Amino acid sequence: MSKRVILGIVLLAICALIAIFPLMTIKDSEFGGADGAAEEVVAEIAPDYEPWAESPIAPPGGETESLLFCLQAGLGAAVIGYCFGYLRARKKYGEPKKKD
Amino acid sequence: MTKLEKRITAVTAVLALAFGVTQNVGAMHIAEGFLTPGWCIGWGAICIPFLVVGVMQMKRTVSKHRKTLILLAMCGAYAFVLSALKIPSINGSSSHPTGTGLAAILFGPFLTSVLGIIVLLFQATLLAHGGLTTLGANTFSMAVAGPLVSWGIFALCKKCRLNRLVSVFLAASLGDLFTYCVTSIQLGLDHPSEVGGIMASIVRFMGVFAVTQIPLAIVEGLLTVVVVMGLEAYAKPELTEIGYLKEATA
Repeated sequence: MSKRVILGIVLLAICALIAIFPLMTIKDSEFGGADGAAEEVVAEIAPDYEPWAESPIAPPGGETESLLFCLQAGLGAAVIGYCFGYLRARKKYGEPKKKD
Repeated sequence: MTKLEKRITAVTAVLALAFGVTQNVGAMHIAEGFLTPGWCIGWGAICIPFLVVGVMQMKRTVSKHRKTLILLAMCGAYAFVLSALKIPSINGSSSHPTGTGLAAILFGPFLTSVLGIIVLLFQATLLAHGGLTTLGANTFSMAVAGPLVSWGIFALCKKCRLNRLVSVFLAASLGDLFTYCVTSIQLGLDHPSEVGGIMASIVRFMGVFAVTQIPLAIVEGLLTVVVVMGLEAYAKPELTEIGYLKEATA
């Protein structure tokens, strides 16, 4: 393996560790979203503040929401994977015949 | 820029100043309804010139540098993926990276603002994450302020002749972190604390957003480095065309 590939794998491993570390060390947390936590702070600082708008379409529950988040990540990953595949094949098999 | 483009830019900039600045001190993403209307309009107005210039740049990229479209698509997709990943953090809550650093490094802050608002719109309309009323504020933090910092840091590092991958890491992670500092400031300005006022309030929100974000910013920095390494290996002609790599190295 080339040096770059190894570096890439090491960097990805560090990313995974950073994400796993809090899960291992903090036991009594649900890891709720920071946006939710901020809403609580607003409620604390300005107790009489009423949110004046609500999301027009909200997913009915956690399951649907996770579906949509998966879809978002999946679409993005598909595009990135496709492009990298194209670029890699181009390098390996030579530039396709010039059209423009 | 053509004359027309210059005029459009000037008009929007004036509008932004008029709305954004006269508001004058007064979330991951900020949730729907959690900013008062004046601020929503103000932040939105400030974003408009960036978006307008971004759209014009995008048009030019599409017509003149077709080859680089593949990079643009990848940058957008990258922001899409990263902002869907809610990662647990050291203080027991979760947040997600912004993913806008890559685009800012490769294409600059204006084009990035267009990519960013697409992601935010998707999340606000379909996922009830963020919000349409707070879209302006969230666009400013994630698609304008963060990318500006990323872009600036990358340019600075380039001047200092820092290792390119280290520069990418710094640019992406600090831009990510800055996005959430801006979010805290936005919330703090709108919701001053009774004791201590705006500053105390900003510090409270920083405690929520910025602290959560520190490890995630590192993750974003590392991931961006991995993607850039991949691009440097396989997309040299494109990177040269957008000016990321110098002619000689291609």
